[in-house]
Amino acid sequence: MDFFDRFAIPHPSPVIYASMVAIGLTVIAIVAGLTYFKKWGYLWREWITTVDHKRIGIMYLLSALLMLFRGGVDALMMRAQTAVPENTLLDAQHYNEIFTTHGVVMIIFMAMAFIIALMNFVVPLQIGARDVAFPRLNNLSFWLYFMGAMLFNLSFVIGGSPSAGWTSYFPLAGNEFSESVGTNYYMLAIQISGIGTLMTGINFIATILKMRAPGMKLMKMPMFTWSALITNLIIVFAFPVLTVALAMGTMDRLFGSNFFTTTDGGMDMLWANLFWVWGHPEVYILILPAFGIYSEIIPTFARRNLYGYKSMVASMVLISLLSFFVWVHHFFTMGQGALVNSIFSISTMAIAVPTGIKIFNWLFTLWKGKIKFTVPMLYSLGFLPIFTIGGVTGVMLGMSAADYQYHNTMFLVAHFHLVIIPGVVFAMIAGLTYWWPKMFGFMLNERIGKWTFWFIAGGTCLAFFPMFISGLDGQARRMYTYSEATGFGIWNMLSFIGALGLAAGFVLLVYNIYYSTRYASRDIGDDPWDARSLEWATHNPVPEYNFAITPQVNSSEAFWDSKKNGHTLFKGDYKEIHMPNNSGVPFIMSIIFFVLGFALVFSMWIVAIVSLIGIFACLAHRSFEKDHGHHISVEEIEKTEAEMRGAK
Amino acid sequence: MSHDHSLNPETMPHEPEKATLEGKNKFIGFWFFLGGETVLFASLFGTYLALHNSTAGGPAGNELFGLELVFVMTILLLTSSLTSVYAIYHMKNNDFGKMTLWFIITIILGFGFVGCELYEFHHYITEYGFTFRSSAFGSAFYALLGFHGGHVTFGLFWMIALLIRNARRGLNLYNAPKFYIWSLYWHFIDVVWVFIFTVVYLMGKVG
Repeated sequence: MDFFDRFAIPHPSPVIYASMVAIGLTVIAIVAGLTYFKKWGYLWREWITTVDHKRIGIMYLLSALLMLFRGGVDALMMRAQTAVPENTLLDAQHYNEIFTTHGVVMIIFMAMAFIIALMNFVVPLQIGARDVAFPRLNNLSFWLYFMGAMLFNLSFVIGGSPSAGWTSYFPLAGNEFSESVGTNYYMLAIQISGIGTLMTGINFIATILKMRAPGMKLMKMPMFTWSALITNLIIVFAFPVLTVALAMGTMDRLFGSNFFTTTDGGMDMLWANLFWVWGHPEVYILILPAFGIYSEIIPTFARRNLYGYKSMVASMVLISLLSFFVWVHHFFTMGQGALVNSIFSISTMAIAVPTGIKIFNWLFTLWKGKIKFTVPMLYSLGFLPIFTIGGVTGVMLGMSAADYQYHNTMFLVAHFHLVIIPGVVFAMIAGLTYWWPKMFGFMLNERIGKWTFWFIAGGTCLAFFPMFISGLDGQARRMYTYSEATGFGIWNMLSFIGALGLAAGFVLLVYNIYYSTRYASRDIGDDPWDARSLEWATHNPVPEYNFAITPQVNSSEAFWDSKKNGHTLFKGDYKEIHMPNNSGVPFIMSIIFFVLGFALVFSMWIVAIVSLIGIFACLAHRSFEKDHGHHISVEEIEKTEAEMRGAK
Repeated sequence: MSHDHSLNPETMPHEPEKATLEGKNKFIGFWFFLGGETVLFASLFGTYLALHNSTAGGPAGNELFGLELVFVMTILLLTSSLTSVYAIYHMKNNDFGKMTLWFIITIILGFGFVGCELYEFHHYITEYGFTFRSSAFGSAFYALLGFHGGHVTFGLFWMIALLIRNARRGLNLYNAPKFYIWSLYWHFIDVVWVFIFTVVYLMGKVG
């Protein structure tokens, strides 16, 4: 029995036992359902092994939504616990676990997956490509991300969740203060998922640089593709730092090395530095694609072309460079001295300049536009003021002297939620609504969508504005309760109500998906928004090969030009199309990664070594297999195109 | 892309590694991978520089390092980079036999390097009790050197797999990018070693 003791939850509660039962029942229901409807083969052939960027994008999307709800429940529990003073809904340890998993799940497994979902679906279509540069690597990226996410979530029911915060600062995250295996999960799950993200980064850089349609010069790329290119460059240059930090953290915890320990010469601040050298660029990895999405949506519904294309590109490049030189502002209070703090203070505030340029460009795009208040546009318009408030408070936090007052208070929590939610979450929902017809061939209901928007936007303001006040009053973040005498009660209650509003908004979003799937019209044509970029030039939903004929591009809005200015997008006849084959090896390899991660979490060395060998065997297998892809014949293309046109 | 990419001297393009779209993608993708790898090693170097004086009472670099062995290792690895250049030269001239020969020489030199490194680690552990756990300096040293040595070892088995896989096929536009990319990887490892030699060994001896 000793062997099994390690899997027990060190600090159990009824909620966790209930979750175990719920997870068990869900798994049984899914397995039974798949077996009953005989969908295993379909699932394997069409989805698990797919190398189609569109399907991989949709799988990322579903996983991101799933993680949104996992992280959302964490958030609700935190707000419920702090809604009234001296609440006993959660104890300190559970509260620590919940804010830790909330942060990790939302950043790594929700937001990252969401942006990669939309990049996957949209970027190859926007540049007129058939697929990404390395389709099979793309499948591997997804499954590594997914297995990382599953491994992380497993900590909830087996072995215990991490509780050292999403930043996992040492020495708190070391063995001495975090005895349970929770932090092992943190290190290994993020590592596995991060490898997948790094591959995505390389994949999309190669795709965007090498596979654009003829005529699409770099300065004629749609803005979302530009943002994707820059984002992926940041990924490639930032994620390896996290890889190293996590590897060293893992070795400290599992093998007794002394990187971040307080004994034998270790340096705990080294972790904080490495973590934020990755962590701050990571913020821009999340926000730049969101900027890209707004730059697509605002011109479409303002009925004007984007104001200041070149300055938009230049400001993104500038943001990406500056993002690597600000990391110290996350710990101004942790002993660098005035000179270092001043330098990082200035670089931090400098980022507001290119960001401001972008805000003004969007405003000038709206200026004199004939604005259509569709759901994606509402999110974009809501983003501008709320994000600006979040951003300006960021400049306040960036002043290192003043930061001693704000550091680790609810003021900070309010700041970063008010940039991440309108920045990333609004953009993701806007992008989801905007590209939904491209993905599934019908539109999401506008009426429910508008209700959703008001709940989410109102909920965001109500949940986070009060934190500015309680934060300035001195309420520290990450405290599981407070006394009545502090007077924080009213602000926290308002936050809780706001959180309920947000939750209602997300439930409405899911209801909208259900409702529209059942009732929405399938007869919407290929271009329901009267949009501007290439992805709308092909059918709804998109055929496997994307474009029957490779489009010819003349400007950053080639499709708009083809509609209004007589530009011919598609010249010539159908030709045979070469497509990559599906493969099950990436999935199998990711499963082995999952096993490796699990084995390392619990220090089961033999399993770990065997799975490591398995991973190398999969790599070698790839080298030795014969896979030249397949061809879609001209007759097949003609048939598909005729059907697609008939369906309109 | 057609299936038959086999080459003869007449159809040989100037840069066979970049003659197909797949080759072009691999070429640029791998360069960016190496960019990421640079950051990875930069983080390890940064860690080493932050921790190399934290010996916790154990042996320091100038007591441990013997430049004779390190000199031999450097010569082995630098020479192997040169021999891989010869191999790529023969690849571009479509001489599969000579390319294979030079790659085999490259691998042998690489194994020589790994052998020396293992001997070096063994020596430190048994003679000085200098291990991965003994101090922060030890952790940082073995992490940096181990990551590099691991990369060398991975590269050796990668090339062995490539040689076995293509032994009876000859050169074509499908595998030319693979050989070429391996050589990029090998040069990269060599460059990292130059930095290790300077930062760890030379500066360790002086400092």
